[in-house]
Amino acid sequence: MAVLLLAEVTGGELQLDATAKAMTAAAKLGEVTVLCAGASAAAAGEAAATLAGASKVLVAEDASLGHRLAEDTAQLIASLAESYDHILAPATTDAKNILPRVAALLDVMVISDVSAVIDADTFERPVYAGNAVQTVKSGDAKKVATIRTTGFEAAGTQAACAVETVAVPGATGLSDWVEDRLAASDRPDLTSAKIVVSGGRGLGSEESFAIIGALADKLGAAVGASRAAVDSGYAPNDWQVGQTGKVVAPELYIACGISGAIQHLAGMKDSKVIVAINKDEEAPIFQIADYGLVADLFEAVPALTEKL
Amino acid sequence: MKILVPVKRVIDYNVKVRVKADGSGVDLANVKMSMNPFDEIAVEEAIRLKEKGVATEVVVVSIGVKQAQETLRTALAMGADRAILVEAADDVHTDIEPLAVAKILAKIVGEEQPQLVIAGKQAIDNDMNATGQMLSALLGWSQATFASELSVEGDAATVTREVDGGLQTIKVRLPAIVTVDLRLNEPRYASLPNIMKAKKKPLDVKTAADLGVDVAPRLTVVKTAEPAARAAGEMVGSVDELVAKLKEKGLV
Ligand SMILES: Cc1cc2nc3c(=O)[nH]c(=O)nc-3n(C[C@H](O)[C@H](O)[C@H](O)COP(=O)(O)OP(=O)(O)OC[C@H]3O[C@@H](n4cnc5c(N)ncnc54)[C@H](O)[C@@H]3O)c2cc1C
Ligand SMILES: Nc1ncnc2c1ncn2[C@@H]1O[C@H](COP(=O)(O)O)[C@@H](O)[C@H]1O
Repeated sequence: MAVLLLAEVTGGELQLDATAKAMTAAAKLGEVTVLCAGASAAAAGEAAATLAGASKVLVAEDASLGHRLAEDTAQLIASLAESYDHILAPATTDAKNILPRVAALLDVMVISDVSAVIDADTFERPVYAGNAVQTVKSGDAKKVATIRTTGFEAAGTQAACAVETVAVPGATGLSDWVEDRLAASDRPDLTSAKIVVSGGRGLGSEESFAIIGALADKLGAAVGASRAAVDSGYAPNDWQVGQTGKVVAPELYIACGISGAIQHLAGMKDSKVIVAINKDEEAPIFQIADYGLVADLFEAVPALTEKL
Repeated sequence: MKILVPVKRVIDYNVKVRVKADGSGVDLANVKMSMNPFDEIAVEEAIRLKEKGVATEVVVVSIGVKQAQETLRTALAMGADRAILVEAADDVHTDIEPLAVAKILAKIVGEEQPQLVIAGKQAIDNDMNATGQMLSALLGWSQATFASELSVEGDAATVTREVDGGLQTIKVRLPAIVTVDLRLNEPRYASLPNIMKAKKKPLDVKTAADLGVDVAPRLTVVKTAEPAARAAGEMVGSVDELVAKLKEKGLV
């Protein structure tokens, strides 16, 4: 089987963790060609060539691919599709924007958020905010799927494979990029961090959210948030963990002032160890926590930061 | 400008989902069903565009079982003008896949000629996050997914999107498909008088067969299972005890 894996490339740089995890899923299916697309993607292509499991890397560079707008990137992938049985990508917001479009261009269903690969046609994926896991078998000639990265270990490295450039079809001109407002942070990336400290509505304000940041910095952790915290403006949208935010599975997840709604649990319940700090002993988060502490977070969180 | 909003009838987001013991699926008989929360946001946005004078008509469409009429009535009570039900299944447990939904919507778009389709980013039952993107591909239109801000001026829409790294703003040429994220707006509640008025608003019924769309699934559901349960945890009495546990486990 031939597999095309769309690498996660942001601003010309390969996002190694997401791509390496999706590679592990891809390698189970056959020989993997990695596609790096962007306004500049050559450096990403060089990096991808050393990912264990890559047999070839395709580099597609064109101004129209600069911000990975769905229309142009999907058109590129569709133009390459003939040679592949599977087209995969890590389930990032970029890929979720692009791959369903590719699938429809090829008249096949997309299989979103694959959490396990059973065989060439059969995949597991969570549904109902992770309250059920479905095993689906695709009857389509080509399989187009996004890979939930928390389900797979990252692939290792290898001696670089061959890198080729591919032709880019003309721009569709359907959409124009205007601007990115990306959060710059020295903290580790939320989806690949070993430890995540998350805050919820219980923090009460953007200012108080700083105690979550302080604990995270002490632990070298990433910061997450519940939807309520993001909606209330205490935290930026890219910190949201859950059914409709990011899915994380760190070694340690510390939930502070988060009640534990199923939509939040959907994004973190595969964490290895879960700690919950909440003043309400009835909070549902305690049902899935390995260690629960009933306490006022304004006392417990700073104390924890100090004692660690 | 006409706006089309696809709305899906799904299990209410507050209901605790029960997986059937025989692995055949999730129990939907006698369970509270509601409009997909993202679709409420899509309907709200369309109505606001009409209130601002940008849109002239808001048409809502739902594909599925005949009970989806109730979902459409809710959208009409919120302020949509007209509804279309496309019957494509008899059993409430039958989910129509995004590809088939997109094909049906493409036919409706052909008939209705909207300039804008506003859909939800994701249905909270199948969690596919695909229909808008697929519809856009079938029509060859521009797409803007995961919108948290939308403004329409002339023949283009400016959309701010929630992406992994933060926010991205793009400008899409109309006609376009926009899929909405949670922070775009707060949907209104329908008032009692509006619920009464909605009963008299037009609701057309068609079938997938009328539209010539094959809704046979491409993905066969082999099994539906409960997710792996977590082992029971313990309560700790103090911050010191918590620190000790975490150190013992080598986590900090
Ligand atoms: C379609 C849809 C999608 C959604 N997607 C997501 C998602 O992706 N992610 C997500 O998180 N949510 C999501 N939600 C929202 C979800 O249903 C909950 O509303 C949300 O997770 C609640 O956030 P919270 O726990 O911070 O707030 P609350 O439920 O209000 O809980 C706050 C908690 O803080 C505790 N607390 C308050 N003060 C203190 C204190 N001083 N010390 C200690 N504890 C304190 C309280 O006891 C309470 O348990 C979604 C909802 C819908 C409808
Ligand atoms: N059966 C349906 N009827 C109407 N709209 C739907 C249907 N299925 C999906 N949609 C629309 O497509 C969006 C995304 O759904 P999905 O791709 O299934 O996650 C939903 O929020 C709806 O706006």
